[in-house]
Amino acid sequence: MNFKPVLLWSDALILLLLAVVAAGVWLLRHNETFRAPLRQVLASRMGSATALILAVYVGIGLLDSLHYVERLPDEPGKAAQYSGEVKSVLDKLLTPLREHVEKTYSAPFATHLYAKETMTGPDGRELRDYPRLKHGGAHLADPDTEFWPDVLKRGGLGVLGGMVFWALLVFPLWKRGRAHSALAWTLLCVLVVTGLLVALAPHYHVLGTDKVGQDVLYLSLKSVRTGLLIGTLTTLVVLPLGLGLGIAAGYFGGRVDDVIQYLYTTLNSIPGVLLIAAAVLVVQVQIEAHPELFDTAAARADMRLLALCGILGLTGWTGLARLLRAETLKLRELEFVQAARAFGVSRMRILARHLLPNVMHLVLITVVIDFSGLVLAEAVLSYVGVGVDPAMISFGNMINGARLELAREPVVWWQLVAAFLFMFVLVLAANLFADQVRDALDPKAKGRA
Amino acid sequence: MNGLSVENLRVEIAGAGDRRFVPVDGVDFTVGADQCVALLGESGCGKSMTALALMRLLPEGGRVTAGEVNLQGDDLFALAESAMGGVRGGRLAMIFQEPQTSLNPVMSVAEQIGEALAAHRGLAGAAARAEAGRLLEAVGLPTDRLDAYPFQLSGGQRQRALIAMMLAGEPEVLIADEPTTALDVTVQAQILDLLKDLRSRRGMGLLLITHDLDVAREMTLSPNDRVAVMYAGQIVEWAPSAGLYAAPRHPYTQKLFAVLPRLDRRGERLDSLPGKVPAPDAVFSGCRFAERCPAVFARCHTQIPGFHEVAPGHFARCHLAEAAAIPPLSPYGGLSKGEIEGIPGRVEVVAAANPTQTPISPNGGFTNEGSEPSVLEISDLAVHFPIRKGLLKRTVGHVKAVDGVSLAVAAGETLALVGESGCGKTTLARAVLRLIEPSSGTVRLFGESLAGLTGEALRSKRAQMQIVFQDPFSSLNPRMRVGDILEEGMAALLPELDKSGRTHRAAELLDQVGLPTDAAGRYPHEFSGGQRQRIAIARALAVNPKLLILDEPTSALDVSVQAQILNLLADLRREHGLAYLFISHNLSVVGYLADRVAVMREGRILESGSAEQIFNRPENDYTRLLLDSAPGRH
Repeated sequence: MNFKPVLLWSDALILLLLAVVAAGVWLLRHNETFRAPLRQVLASRMGSATALILAVYVGIGLLDSLHYVERLPDEPGKAAQYSGEVKSVLDKLLTPLREHVEKTYSAPFATHLYAKETMTGPDGRELRDYPRLKHGGAHLADPDTEFWPDVLKRGGLGVLGGMVFWALLVFPLWKRGRAHSALAWTLLCVLVVTGLLVALAPHYHVLGTDKVGQDVLYLSLKSVRTGLLIGTLTTLVVLPLGLGLGIAAGYFGGRVDDVIQYLYTTLNSIPGVLLIAAAVLVVQVQIEAHPELFDTAAARADMRLLALCGILGLTGWTGLARLLRAETLKLRELEFVQAARAFGVSRMRILARHLLPNVMHLVLITVVIDFSGLVLAEAVLSYVGVGVDPAMISFGNMINGARLELAREPVVWWQLVAAFLFMFVLVLAANLFADQVRDALDPKAKGRA
Repeated sequence: MNGLSVENLRVEIAGAGDRRFVPVDGVDFTVGADQCVALLGESGCGKSMTALALMRLLPEGGRVTAGEVNLQGDDLFALAESAMGGVRGGRLAMIFQEPQTSLNPVMSVAEQIGEALAAHRGLAGAAARAEAGRLLEAVGLPTDRLDAYPFQLSGGQRQRALIAMMLAGEPEVLIADEPTTALDVTVQAQILDLLKDLRSRRGMGLLLITHDLDVAREMTLSPNDRVAVMYAGQIVEWAPSAGLYAAPRHPYTQKLFAVLPRLDRRGERLDSLPGKVPAPDAVFSGCRFAERCPAVFARCHTQIPGFHEVAPGHFARCHLAEAAAIPPLSPYGGLSKGEIEGIPGRVEVVAAANPTQTPISPNGGFTNEGSEPSVLEISDLAVHFPIRKGLLKRTVGHVKAVDGVSLAVAAGETLALVGESGCGKTTLARAVLRLIEPSSGTVRLFGESLAGLTGEALRSKRAQMQIVFQDPFSSLNPRMRVGDILEEGMAALLPELDKSGRTHRAAELLDQVGLPTDAAGRYPHEFSGGQRQRIAIARALAVNPKLLILDEPTSALDVSVQAQILNLLADLRREHGLAYLFISHNLSVVGYLADRVAVMREGRILESGSAEQIFNRPENDYTRLLLDSAPGRH
């Protein structure tokens, strides 16, 4: 075996989450109250299309979460040595992208670098010009004449490949009448884009390169995992706090309410960035002080990411809690709650059966809006210098890196656009999907769609 | 032509897809000067839509597709919107049901009236203020209320302020959409008197929209007034109130009278009106009422009935009215001729007239010592809410919501608690159930005190008394299926039942309250108000209680649905020997159902006794006032 799997803390959490979701689905597979809304979401056009896009993102994130280290060539007489560089399955799949590193910036599909360099010409004279890229379009003898035919040929093949693949997938379903048209068209889009990228990306830098010459497409794909992690893990920290404290404050009132209100007003009165910065710095110092706990740079970066999620979660639950407190204050006076109390239904059951389902729409909306906010917060924090590890690839670091270059003439736009595009599609899909879920969970919305 | 005339009005609302709702379909009527027309009907019959169409305030998607409305010769539908703005609130004004929401909470009364004066009469400054003061006096409010904000006014005062606002434009016709439905009965009487008075002093036409037969009669006493009964978007009967109330000609109107609960119908089953109002997108081939009519015959399904004049000025949209003599409906379970005549102009309370119909438990006195033990005994119960002020939230005083109440309910007996809003009756109910902790006093259930009980002991007591709330829309969790709602109480209080036992019992209960068994799998919003109230009753019955606390169980329902619920309650009382603590502000319902009555005001019981005694020989002044305020008793 020439590699060894590595389980980072965040990988472990992701696997645990997956296991919980899978177990939940398995247990609830015969439960009609669970299945009916799910079926409704997947049967709707918007629901199925956005679910597919989200699945693609989650797939990329999962592939990027299977980490390993490579085994170094054996030296006789010594135990097996492993490389210090942790890679993921996604890295392996994207090897050409990862390894095609240029010197510095190059525009999308460029064949030449973005900056002039002094070179020695064939006739021995020194000249300043844009040098050819080492990898982007390197196979072209004369870029001026061969560029377009080559791109069109490769692109056409890629599109064709995507369509053939799509036809193979969809046709059997279509014959059984089970293919959903919106789903099929979205799948076509996804496959055509994938085909294009597969055909072009190994030969060109489709989204350009960054300051140190890394392929921006590679960076964007790697950022997906960081973005999803920050969104999901932070939400997992926020949810129990916000839900539990918010509903408890609203339902129990009195002293409980006083304490919880005191907690969140205090938290809210401290400037958020300051609080986060302080907490991140404390964590950072702790990490530096215990180097023996982390055997690789990746493990350290990972721990810092987890700490960031935890801190964002601990400071971010107040908005949700306040919203839920207000809603619960209203709901607890409603007569169905009074009726349940008259039955002697236990408090926990009233909270779980009567209050929680009736605030879920608020939770869903808030969580999705927060999700996009969190991905952006990561960018802001990276700018202040307290975000994820600078070595970690994330949308925040990409935006942060692109920030200074916006003032440059001609402008370096592709890094920002790539980050924007990937985040936009993710956040939009998540928002639309959440809308569908909310409608499906609302019994009154039935038949309106 | 003088006043307002409406001809062949048809309103359509575009629904989802190609669906088209027609809430108003071919309505004709006129409102002359100093005339009152009462538009009477149950919810969903199109009466509010008619009013909104007249004001050109139809909701989005709604439009007038046919018809003409003339106000003193001006065609309202032909006016430009800018000109209509001058008519609306000016020559044609409208007051709404909810005085709470029809006044802007951040503007004083003077400012709000001033707005109307500026818009319609060009008055401003001191002149506007002086005129606003005169208007307030006209509606019976002191002028020092000019600078009051809506939250400083009571419900009745708010409705007066709203009327003053509407009078600012000196309307020729005033539309009043359920003007007193949200008010207490004593305040209702005052507002109705005010409207009558204003109408005759100003020579104003009044279009009164109401669901209450007594209010409609109260307001249409003069001979040229008319009552229009609406059903499914049409006027089915049009008559002077004397003629209508003496002898209703349309079977629907007859049914409306027959389902009314009254003291003199005690022990009788109320007549019921099966089925429900047809959906507003239904297509009719014949009479719209044919599905529910007790006197239906073949022609009704195929031929649309004409609007026949059965007596001078008395029209009915019924084939039977053609012959100008209405046959008795008794073979079909309707009213006999005698009963129709028995609906008098004045409700005579003669409980002893028919001894066979006296109530089940002739329990006259207040206490029943020596007889069977009480199901519920409340003594000296008080609920005081502390008023906290300041940073440290010190208690500076108490709101005495319930202040020393003693009551007893015997097995199988119905005790009615009557009072106006804010008198503490709902707080009392919740304190009895220990949903609110009482401040002092004791509640005994079958002789055992509930005070201090916790956990299992309290739970076992909870199974013996249950509550049904007023609003069937907020009393059922919208996110739970009906079956789960019914089973929740059983799961908490009847641990001996397993899952299948509970499901079985839920099906039984649904059957008992007259709902289909497949209802268990559906969500509450799929049911109508009356059906939801049945679900709430089934939920309460699920744990075999001996005492049901009914907190205004029918006041959110239409009269025909109310009759069904009252019948159901009477049946359940007979079958299960249930005792009821019936909380209500509606005296006719109380008179129909209650064995004994307790009158409550400001947290105290003023008077209690048998229903017959309270209704016929009230001793307390307040009780007398309540009884006299009920419309239709003048």
